[in-house]
Amino acid sequence: MSLTATPQMVNQTKKRKISGGWETLRALPWLLPTLILIVGVVLYPAGLMIYTSFFKYNRFGIGGTENVGLDNYFGPAGALTFPGVPISRILLNTVVWVVIVVIVTVILSLALAQFLNKPFRGRKFIRLFIILPWACSVVMTATVFRYGLEQNVGLFNRLMVDTGILESAKAWTKDPTSAFWVAVFVAIYVSLPFTTYTILAGLQAVPGDVLEAAHVDGANSPQRYWHIVLPLLRPAVATAALINIINVFNSLPILRILQDTPGYHSGHITTTLMFEYQSNLGPGVSSALSVLNFMFCLVIIAIYLIIVKPTKEVA
Amino acid sequence: MAKVKSEHKLRGGIDKKPNLILTIIGALVVMLFFGFPYLLMFITSLKTRLEVTKIPPDYFPAEPRWQNYLDVWTSEVNPASSLLATSVIAFGATILVLIVATPAAYYIARFRFPGRLVFLLLVLCTQMLQPTVLAVGLFQEFKGWQGYAVWGALILINAAFNLSFAIWIMQAFFASVPKEVDEAALIDGLGRLQTMFRISLPLVWPGIVTAIVFVFVNSWNEFAAALILVRDNSLQPLTVSMPRFLGLYVQDWQYLFTVALVAIVPVAILFGIIEKRLIGGLTAGSVK
Repeated sequence: MSLTATPQMVNQTKKRKISGGWETLRALPWLLPTLILIVGVVLYPAGLMIYTSFFKYNRFGIGGTENVGLDNYFGPAGALTFPGVPISRILLNTVVWVVIVVIVTVILSLALAQFLNKPFRGRKFIRLFIILPWACSVVMTATVFRYGLEQNVGLFNRLMVDTGILESAKAWTKDPTSAFWVAVFVAIYVSLPFTTYTILAGLQAVPGDVLEAAHVDGANSPQRYWHIVLPLLRPAVATAALINIINVFNSLPILRILQDTPGYHSGHITTTLMFEYQSNLGPGVSSALSVLNFMFCLVIIAIYLIIVKPTKEVA
Repeated sequence: MAKVKSEHKLRGGIDKKPNLILTIIGALVVMLFFGFPYLLMFITSLKTRLEVTKIPPDYFPAEPRWQNYLDVWTSEVNPASSLLATSVIAFGATILVLIVATPAAYYIARFRFPGRLVFLLLVLCTQMLQPTVLAVGLFQEFKGWQGYAVWGALILINAAFNLSFAIWIMQAFFASVPKEVDEAALIDGLGRLQTMFRISLPLVWPGIVTAIVFVFVNSWNEFAAALILVRDNSLQPLTVSMPRFLGLYVQDWQYLFTVALVAIVPVAILFGIIEKRLIGGLTAGSVK
């Protein structure tokens, strides 16, 4: 092959520059199935949900002809104003839920990852244990906690009484507040695997010679962690935290299974309240709350894209 | 300078072996902490109905009742139909994701084109979204899909929401195969599609396996969309049907956990196999 550019080749590159639209068109058959699925099953229902939130429905999902404006949001029986719903408590719960679960998860995961990053035999085996709550359905993990914490037949209750932690068995899941905190524990529990793994991946990026140099300069191990490791872990922690915020915010099964109180109790978060609305009031009011939840998720996604810049490597 | 160096040596360097006893204690604590709920599941699955409802409860069954693992299938709840539902949905979603994600991952790994970044952003945003937040919209879209069609709806939903992970992980693997390999095949007269299937795919199988397992496990465990869409008891997947073991009068926790373990063990093993590669797909290369 000759290395000199033939006029034909020059012509081709020119053509390529001009017809960007044609190149996009050529990519289309390869991307079309993905686009159809995303548009059809993610974007379309999102739009449909926003549309639904402006119409009146009964609890069986029948309706959709009467435009009620923002009534589903703030009306006399709207998502944020429905009589009997402790909405300010539920909004507070949601904030507490997300903040506490994510912060505690990240802190515990930093420690866990540090431990698992040490070279010792059997480390791989231990890692497989950590993965358990990730692989198992959250429904089943939450169910076993509900059973263990049952007042009369729960073994965790018996264990806590036998070891003197509790004086007598407690009906953890019957009271909305204690059930909420049990759910916080379980949410942290199931979030640890992903977070620990993300931070472990981040630890791989910490160069050993920098630590060695700091050691030579007399930095002790907490100093090295605080001034070298932690700053280098920032992208990993930011990624894990933001993905966790979305996951924890959207977590339905944990609270739903561990809350034994029916109805609009004071242990809801907005996501579980949305499902309560869906079964009691139908899609109109619940979609209004969903739209608010959806907007929250979009804000977090925007922050994720700005801070973490996940596309920079492949773009 | 010399003094610092000798001090460094005195302290034995930075890579000193971790304290053995502390490591063992740490390992035990970690194993116990991440194992105990599943241990309770296992113990309970071997109790009799009388033992699981005994007040106060005993820690261990008087005699492990393995019979539960046979009896459960003929119980009233009929978990076999749920297991079938879960399997159909999980297999269906996995196959659909493979068909849809492979060409997209291959193309974005191989070509730069206008609109590529927009496509990447779209994929990323879907990865961050979950069926839960769109559940009401999905309900409105799919409420007419009754009977077995509801499984079709759940296959579509699980596929759509897990697609992005598969695209990310597979494009990373495709990108690691040198372009020259493809070009050689193209010169030899293979078409693009054939090149992808016959040349690139065999080289990126770890990425494919990771994608398959991840999508499968996620679809296997999906809850929110199934809860809102499936009305008919006999069509419910396991995650939704399991609470039916807890009736008003009879609480068959032992059966519930028998089924739970049957559902957990295979996916936990699968997840363990791809454990190392999970992060790359989930955080889209932002951690490395």
